Amino acid sequence: MASLQAWLAKPWIWSFIGALLVWLATIAFTGGYGGGGMITAALSLAVFTVIVGVGQMFVITLGPGNVDLSLPANIGLASAVAMKVMDGNDAMIAVGLLAALACGMAIGAANYLLIWALRIPPIIATLSASFIIQSIDISYGRGLQIKPPPGFADFTNWQILGIPVLAILTVLFTIGAAIALQRMIYGRSVLAIGQNIRAAWLAGVKVGRIRFLTYTLSGALGGLDGALLAGYFRGANVDIGNEYLLASIAVVVIGGTSVAGGKANVPGVWGAALFLVLLLTMLNTFGVSAGVRLVLTGLIIVGVITAAGGQKALR
Amino acid sequence: MLRSLLPALSLVLVLLAIAWLNPRAISYFGFSLMLNLAIPIALATIAQMFVIAGNELDLSIGTFVGFVGCVTATWLKDAPLIGVLILLGSIGVYALLGALIHLRNLPSIVVTLGMSFVWQGLAILVLPKPGGKAPDWLLSLMAFKPPLVPFPIIAALLIAAVVHFGLMRTSYGVILRGSGGNAAALERAGWSLLRTKIALFALTGFFGVLSGMALIGITTSADANIGNGYTLLSIAGVILGGGEFVGGRVSPIGAVLGALTLALAASPLLTFMHIPPDWQVAANGAILIIVLAARVLISRRER
Repeated sequence: MASLQAWLAKPWIWSFIGALLVWLATIAFTGGYGGGGMITAALSLAVFTVIVGVGQMFVITLGPGNVDLSLPANIGLASAVAMKVMDGNDAMIAVGLLAALACGMAIGAANYLLIWALRIPPIIATLSASFIIQSIDISYGRGLQIKPPPGFADFTNWQILGIPVLAILTVLFTIGAAIALQRMIYGRSVLAIGQNIRAAWLAGVKVGRIRFLTYTLSGALGGLDGALLAGYFRGANVDIGNEYLLASIAVVVIGGTSVAGGKANVPGVWGAALFLVLLLTMLNTFGVSAGVRLVLTGLIIVGVITAAGGQKALR
Repeated sequence: MLRSLLPALSLVLVLLAIAWLNPRAISYFGFSLMLNLAIPIALATIAQMFVIAGNELDLSIGTFVGFVGCVTATWLKDAPLIGVLILLGSIGVYALLGALIHLRNLPSIVVTLGMSFVWQGLAILVLPKPGGKAPDWLLSLMAFKPPLVPFPIIAALLIAAVVHFGLMRTSYGVILRGSGGNAAALERAGWSLLRTKIALFALTGFFGVLSGMALIGITTSADANIGNGYTLLSIAGVILGGGEFVGGRVSPIGAVLGALTLALAASPLLTFMHIPPDWQVAANGAILIIVLAARVLISRRER
């Protein structure tokens, strides 16, 4: 009993319980049909939210005011860059992935440059950057109809015994992120800055360098996500990243990371991402219209945030 | 000093650029055309300014404007009483959100991001396909052609004057800004922070409703996605107008000037410079960055 209570005290367990409840509600509706396929589909889609969610988590953990609003534009541009560099050619997959990563890192570095040089809140910096990135993408990706190389498309859809390989790799990646957060100097520095930036600075944490690394990391993960999305959905698209603005922030908050900064939670990102994806699947299974689906998604997110309660806001 | 003139200065610079590129645009007809969409943008910017005054941010204002637009083009025309009730109810929802955010100490970014889905969904339910029609009185109001000065300019002056008086010159306006400046001091002085937050959010809802109605008065019909761009435009407008993200430091006159600058720079200026419309959004971002950079330079010199 005591161990059960210890489990329930973990902030991330609730997102997994939520995901489980949504899954049970759906298979109760279908009479047990398609439960396994639903998990496979949920895992494949959750991967994309988890990757940007982890980047957003590190950024938000830096403390009040830190948030990356340029992720959707970043994902859109990187998806176009990846497809153009790969050019449908299997031999160019690695180069294309590297190009998308580099594109994302450049965007992240540019974000931090704006924050640092103009001394403006990250929200405004990443917002202005996203305006410009969006235009570059519209101009660069116009009429872009390059399909991903067959090898890359197969890889992003590859499953072993119903488990998407991309999901397995992402689990490994999140384990790495959790170790970096809790056991490495980088992660401890991010947490220290989020708890008290002045105290961290006085304690000798290289605040500027850590913030720079964090925004670059978030940008890089956005770039990687763009390339993978383009592979999974068979093509790049300006709007491919749009839903990841809400999703990346929501999974961080629902997953038990403090919006006030200084307290992060990696497993919760997975739970929350599965919860959101399964929620959409459930609403689709119930056959509700697009309007009702949007209203319910919004209300459930507001409801979950309200139930989880908050420390002080993002700014 | 120089810093408070920056919003006006940026507008003058954009106007000069337009006058230099195309002198014929500086006329009654030219301004009516170029500032066509400035009224709804200015109203949305004022709406955003109220939440920012309370140290919050509304990421749902764009889809809210779209929702109001859909209601305006359907219910408000066909059954005005129900239409008015829906719009009043939506302002009530904004007030409730303010209360919820205050009572549960929630991050407004996440709550309003969630709400942006709700408004978008409702807009689709009200108007599944683009269409509808604006009420006739609204059409004739927005098509009003006063002598000498084009309507958008008069409307902008009026909006700026009214909000400036209300927020900067009345005692409750000071309290509202104070809730963003020093909430703890305000509470110790016996003011209800819950009430100020509700008031700020309700004002945001109110000006959001005005923005949506003005937009439909100009476009004559609606579409569920019509307001989506307004979220980012409104935040950019407030910041361009000299508003700060924290501390309740906002300026209604600056916000309206910021909105006019964005309205002029986004499309007329680019058209005259023969820059393809792809770069419209980038122009907004670039202006924002340039003005913020200028602000940094100025405050460095003044220190």
